[in-house]
Amino acid sequence: MLKMTDVSKIYRTDTVETHALREFSLTVDEGEFVSVTGPSGSGKTTFLNIAGLLEEMTSGTYELDGRDISKLNDRERSRVRNEKIGFIFQSFNLIPELNIFDNVDVPLRYRGLNAAERKRRIEESLDMVGLASRLKHQPAQLSGGQQQRVAIARALAGEPRFLLADEPTGNLDTHMADSVLDLLSEINSNGVTIIMVTHELTLADRAKRNIFVRDGQVTDAAPEFLRAANG
Amino acid sequence: MFRYYLKLGALSIRANPALSALMVAAIAIGIGACMTIFTIQHMMGSNPIPHKSEQLRHVQMDSWSDANPYNGGANPPIQLTYTDARNLLAAEQAVRQIATFKSGRIVEPEDPDELPYTISGRATSKDFFAMFDVPFKYGSAWDAAADLSEEFVAVISEPLNERMFGGEDSTGKRVTMNGDTFRIVGVLDTWSPVVKFYDLNNNAHEPVEDIFFPFSTAMANEYGNDGNTNCWKPPEGGDRAAFLNSECIWIQFWVEIPNQAAETEYMNYLDAYVEQQKELGRFPRPLDNRLPDVEEWMILNEVVDDDVSVLLGLAVLFLIVCLLNTIGLLLAKVMRRTKDISLRRALGASKASLFGQYIIEAGMIGVAGGLLGIGTTWLGLLGIRNLFNRFDFVEKLTVMDWQMTALAIALAVVSALAAALYPTWRACQVTPASQLRIQ
Repeated sequence: MLKMTDVSKIYRTDTVETHALREFSLTVDEGEFVSVTGPSGSGKTTFLNIAGLLEEMTSGTYELDGRDISKLNDRERSRVRNEKIGFIFQSFNLIPELNIFDNVDVPLRYRGLNAAERKRRIEESLDMVGLASRLKHQPAQLSGGQQQRVAIARALAGEPRFLLADEPTGNLDTHMADSVLDLLSEINSNGVTIIMVTHELTLADRAKRNIFVRDGQVTDAAPEFLRAANG
Repeated sequence: MFRYYLKLGALSIRANPALSALMVAAIAIGIGACMTIFTIQHMMGSNPIPHKSEQLRHVQMDSWSDANPYNGGANPPIQLTYTDARNLLAAEQAVRQIATFKSGRIVEPEDPDELPYTISGRATSKDFFAMFDVPFKYGSAWDAAADLSEEFVAVISEPLNERMFGGEDSTGKRVTMNGDTFRIVGVLDTWSPVVKFYDLNNNAHEPVEDIFFPFSTAMANEYGNDGNTNCWKPPEGGDRAAFLNSECIWIQFWVEIPNQAAETEYMNYLDAYVEQQKELGRFPRPLDNRLPDVEEWMILNEVVDDDVSVLLGLAVLFLIVCLLNTIGLLLAKVMRRTKDISLRRALGASKASLFGQYIIEAGMIGVAGGLLGIGTTWLGLLGIRNLFNRFDFVEKLTVMDWQMTALAIALAVVSALAAALYPTWRACQVTPASQLRIQ
């Protein structure tokens, strides 16, 4: 379970203070598929970064699987990220000089698994996303949709409890976006909790629960302008 | 993880070949400059006879003036008077002992068409060769009887044997010098100590002498001294006898002391000897006898030139400048890779993991810089050898031994790691979320 209570995040420069999240509270139960929508600058990505332990919050409490995250040091936060959380980014974020096998291998290396176990997980996760035959390909040799599938395989190889996706279809055409969302639904049906940030309500509707964020806070329903923007 | 980091390092180096090459070159040039000078300094001060240098002791006794102490009283004179050398030699209180001085000779060739030529010579005792482990190609040292009976026997160097006899076994043959005809009893094999430790009065790095002959023969036939002579009061008369009886110092005296007990025993003997001489009106200064070993003797005689130390300081500064450049290049590299760092952090890399990854990559660059640095050092030494090829001893000082080779690599790795510390720290400060949304 993921539980945030009164979380705030303030970015400070010498002259400006920006409140990205204000008393943000949210609970996501195990196995949920939650979409997070909101206008640009609403705090969606900040929420996802804090949820994924990529950023530290300014105040509030955050529990992941019943553990108070705010008290963890860098090594412990890295371990939680590595073992419990999988990330899918809009721009795929594959490492260009590594082949597909080695890209999926990255989080497993930090887990300290032996070579045989890593190989098994890599092959299984690439098989699940339909790219088992592309192990030795370089990222540049794949289409955008295939690259995103590799990124999903990388996230799945660690067998995470939570999958955090930030605009996972933002760089894909409609057909590829649909196939990626189908894959996410399949992963969710296997018990993985998914939190997906998107600005497209049509995609958000594929999730089981929709959360709307505005001005750094969770709101009850999608504002009209957002619906209008999505047609 | 070490092998994984090595793989990542290799990939990173391959992905940024120009930047990596610049870093390797900066380190190699700095290491080359530093190691070139350091090699010369190392060779200048290297122990020429490490396996027994502690057993070989130069005898120092303070026979100098009380009113004007030698070297301000910091240490006793660095040579002995003839009187003391003769007495110590005759006493035979050490396992081996030699009195020696440099005495150049003029060879008179048997061929009347060949002009006489000058060679360097050394008057010494038979123990010289055994004490200093001098290798022989043909024959051997002369015996004790030759020392006692002032025989005209000689040991010649390999180059002189080559010159005079075409490198053949010349033992039993004759060589005439300054009117005296010597019988050759031995020919040295290649013997080229980096430091001519047994006589540091003139050039510490000059080649060993061309010919060696008995000290007794040289004294009996009044051979002159080509080394230094220092007197704290003039001889009482103008003839050779007056000079030999004077307080002038001009003879080097070495003893072989096998252990601590022998050292104590010999020092007691020296003390007793000086006390006896004091009763005869000599040695006005307080008792100050010393037995420095080879390395202590080299330090006392400042074998390593101060100019070389200054040059080394400048070379180290140059290396630092090269490392500053490397830091800049590494920083540029890190800044170009913030997205990769950010991603790895997101995927579970701790700061310690990233630190390990980048330090190992820097270490790889350091090893490459070190290997190339060996090449630049070799070039530097070659340049110095060519620049100063008119001096024979330069060749001995511009040799890179395995210690210097290992040190070049170690210094390059340490330098690269030191240069990588700040850029690596900066890499570790990249927050996981900072670059991941860049399209």
